[in-house]
Amino acid sequence: MIQVEGLTKYYGFRLALDNVSFDAHKGEILGFLGPNGAGKTTTMRILTGYMPPTSGTAKVAGFDVVDESLEVRKRVGYLPETVPLYPDMTVFDYLLFMANLRHVPEAEERVDEVLEMVNIEDRAESYIAALSKGLRQRVGIAQAILHDPEVLILDEPTIGLDPAQIIEVRNLIKELGKEHTVLLSTHILSEAQQVCDRVMIINKGKLVAEDTPEQLQARLTGAQRVSLHIGGEVNGIQKLLQKIPGVSNVTRIEEGVFEFETKPGQDPRAEVARAVVDAGLDLLEMHKIGMSLEEIFLQLTREEPKPPELNDAQVDEA
Amino acid sequence: MVNIWTIAKREYKLYYSSPVAYMIAFVILLVLGIFFYLNIQVATFQQGYIPSIQNTLIPLATMLVLVTPAITTRLLAEEQRLGTIELLLTAPIKDWELVVGKWLGGFLFLMTIVALTLIYPIVLNALVEPGIDQGPMVSGYLGVALVCASLVALGVFVSSLFSNQIAAFATTMGVMVFFWWIIGPIVQVSGPFGGGSELLSYLDFNEHFFGSMVNGIIDLRDLMYYLSFTAFWLFFGAISVEIRRWR
Repeated sequence: MIQVEGLTKYYGFRLALDNVSFDAHKGEILGFLGPNGAGKTTTMRILTGYMPPTSGTAKVAGFDVVDESLEVRKRVGYLPETVPLYPDMTVFDYLLFMANLRHVPEAEERVDEVLEMVNIEDRAESYIAALSKGLRQRVGIAQAILHDPEVLILDEPTIGLDPAQIIEVRNLIKELGKEHTVLLSTHILSEAQQVCDRVMIINKGKLVAEDTPEQLQARLTGAQRVSLHIGGEVNGIQKLLQKIPGVSNVTRIEEGVFEFETKPGQDPRAEVARAVVDAGLDLLEMHKIGMSLEEIFLQLTREEPKPPELNDAQVDEA
Repeated sequence: MVNIWTIAKREYKLYYSSPVAYMIAFVILLVLGIFFYLNIQVATFQQGYIPSIQNTLIPLATMLVLVTPAITTRLLAEEQRLGTIELLLTAPIKDWELVVGKWLGGFLFLMTIVALTLIYPIVLNALVEPGIDQGPMVSGYLGVALVCASLVALGVFVSSLFSNQIAAFATTMGVMVFFWWIIGPIVQVSGPFGGGSELLSYLDFNEHFFGSMVNGIIDLRDLMYYLSFTAFWLFFGAISVEIRRWR
């Protein structure tokens, strides 16, 4: 449904997208995950025909986004990050206008149908200016699915909503994903985990990782996090632990409790236990903790490892 | 074509939900009413004075220059401010259809106001014996329509450059005033000695209307002037929207 190859976009001299390639299949919910300014919106704008890439190609439903832009636009439903609504129109008029622009047959019936799908049929005659943020978001989604597009592109669909609304919108997206190909962007990891069949992580315009949420997690759980509870005079133990091969990122959680990360494929727990005991301290508890996608994301998109001074400071403090 | 109409229809309807449009219509009709009344009044005590429709058309055309920016400034600038331009540029419509649709919406609204002023020639026709001169009326209203088409096209273009309505308004006003009032005096001062004065006098917006159409003369050159003026700005409006994509 979506084929992207070597997509690159410069804004002036600023590189916003750097050689991004990916595919999305029919009936798949693909999540685009990345911090703000990573290039998610840029990618989506290129895919919707809003602007052309500097280089590279993108095809949606078999049509090139630059050469056959109109064909692509007919087949894509798009919800931009700032929901594009006319505050001085009623919900019904707005959707009817969009339906007419997209040549939806029997537009009025279809608008009623979609209003029901997103559950705002009782607000059809309200002016958009009078709607709450959550309702506006639903109008935005309604606008994107009016013409029953093959591909749905949703840019941060849950941003600014309250928790109950977020759950509603997520369920709606899951529902839509059964029949449509959905590409959605988010910077909330749990959302990608819950909603998406496949997740792509993008940072600074580059695709960093792409996999199912489970596999992504599995790939990185090679790096295990271990929690450690130590009794006794713990000053200096952090520095000591850091020196053990296979141990990294020792952090102090609270008095006597530490966490560290094992390097992938290594299991230094025995050495850690020995080191603690050899230092004359009591090893009260040690257990593995699973790494959440949230941490994977942080690890993948972190600019660089924590500056060493910070670690030293923590050590001194401990 | 359907797309143009869809866009134009929305714009046209939207004018009726804004107070600006009503105020503009009110002011135009009020001022014209006063002029009309004075015109009749003069005719009652001045021998040989024939009240004519020009006395309505001239202030109408002048006021259109002043109010058109208020009508056009919203057209594309507002879409940019609201972010709805993203919606329109990702809908399956061509850029020029968007621009022409916007133009048509504004133009039809101005034409509605102009149509309301037809009451004056109708009343005048009933008052004077043996009726008013139809020639200047037809050519005059045709001129007004062409002036509107041109000004709205210029307004759409300027509106496409801005996301701030005030900036769009001021710029449109500036360019209109230049074409309407500034070129004429330049031509007069530079006279036959000024380089390119023939070109300048052709560009004089004012002359094509006050010099001929309002007096009942329909000259192909004047028609061509306004039509090409309209097409020129619409073309650059479409280019400007297109350029937006590449930024």
